[in-house]
Amino acid sequence: MRDVTRPLAMKLLIGLATLAAIAGSVAVGQTQAPYEVEGRKSGYMFMTPATRSLQDDEFQNPGMFIVEHGRYLWNRAEGPDGKSCASCHGDAEASMPGVAARYPVFDSARNGLVNLEMRINGERAAHMKAPPLIYESEDLLALTTYISMQSRGQPVNVAIDGPAQPFFEQGKTFYETRRGQLDLSCGQCHEDRGGMKLRGDVISQGQLNGFPIHRLSWRAMLSRHRIFAWCNTSVRSEPYELGSPEYLALELYVAWRGRGLSIEAPAVRR
Amino acid sequence: MRAAGTPARPKSCLADQLLEPAKTILAAAVLALSAAACGASDLASYRVDNDGVATPLTDEPGNPARGRQIVRDMGHVTCLICHRMPIPEEPDHGEIGPSLEGVGSRLTVAQLRLRLIDSKQVNPESVMPSYYRTSGFTRIGAQFEGRPIYSAQQIEDVVAYLALLKDK
Repeated sequence: MRDVTRPLAMKLLIGLATLAAIAGSVAVGQTQAPYEVEGRKSGYMFMTPATRSLQDDEFQNPGMFIVEHGRYLWNRAEGPDGKSCASCHGDAEASMPGVAARYPVFDSARNGLVNLEMRINGERAAHMKAPPLIYESEDLLALTTYISMQSRGQPVNVAIDGPAQPFFEQGKTFYETRRGQLDLSCGQCHEDRGGMKLRGDVISQGQLNGFPIHRLSWRAMLSRHRIFAWCNTSVRSEPYELGSPEYLALELYVAWRGRGLSIEAPAVRR
Repeated sequence: MRAAGTPARPKSCLADQLLEPAKTILAAAVLALSAAACGASDLASYRVDNDGVATPLTDEPGNPARGRQIVRDMGHVTCLICHRMPIPEEPDHGEIGPSLEGVGSRLTVAQLRLRLIDSKQVNPESVMPSYYRTSGFTRIGAQFEGRPIYSAQQIEDVVAYLALLKDK
């Protein structure tokens, strides 16, 4: 009997160890919230297995370099009072989870929307007396990515009611308006034709939960507004300024379209 | 007036604006404008009849070999982005629009010409760009203002190519 039970116990042990290893690797993958909610699909769902694994592996994910720079900037004192982000907010891993999932938000002082990039610059001005970081600069992308990453796994959950409501409507109108020489609206591709092939690419739903992303074809990090500008340019339309009211409204609307998808920053896309 | 060649870029063209409502209401109106009224960038005029444009936009007949080159050229808004075509040397064909294999059997030359010039006159909901239209756009990129996607000759070349795509 012993001869039979011992191998059984061994098998059980091996089985348990395997389970633990699988559980461990899921924990390392850290994105627990879903890639798909009620038909809303993260860009992750449109990527090849190779691109997905590049994102999943923190040692391979090319977006992690800028995260490290963001961590450095978070703690770097700037301005006449020698303050850093950390002077007020402490450890970002403790204070920032959930923040990126809520942005953009209505800001009563500006009587308009602010996104994460603009909030970073606003806080720098108000509390550090530090100069604004240029939109799409490495520094602003780094801080945005570092802060966004603290919300990984949390569901996108933007407020579209109350004072945000008119901006939401403005963004929806933008999204549905045909524009440029190709005369296409955002929605005609990303809403009506997500998943279909455009030449060699598959059209994604244009969700924002992965941003800032590392775009492999550009070998660069890019913000939500940068991809808006690129999309507009691609339909031969004149892009707006990054940080413009038009793109802020669009950002709110598009974030809402992806409500419930988990923050993946820094996501890796083709 | 036939005005192929390189269009200039008028910011605003009065005659164009005046004719815009007519275009909307009477899809069959003569659309484009005389060079005298609107500068050198004007489109060649054309006439829509019976779901097609029967008269070529240029005096030079369309060249199908050139047309095949144009539809493959990634520098242009290539048909391959959205359509499957019998061009086996190109690996990636889109699937947004219908396959163009055999399109020359399904549509007449006049019908092909209208669909390429401005498919929205056939179906306002179409997502196909209008390849020979310069007005009615929202926030068009500055470098594209006043310029159609294809020149009149390119339209004719592509029409000539598509007309050869017969069912086997």
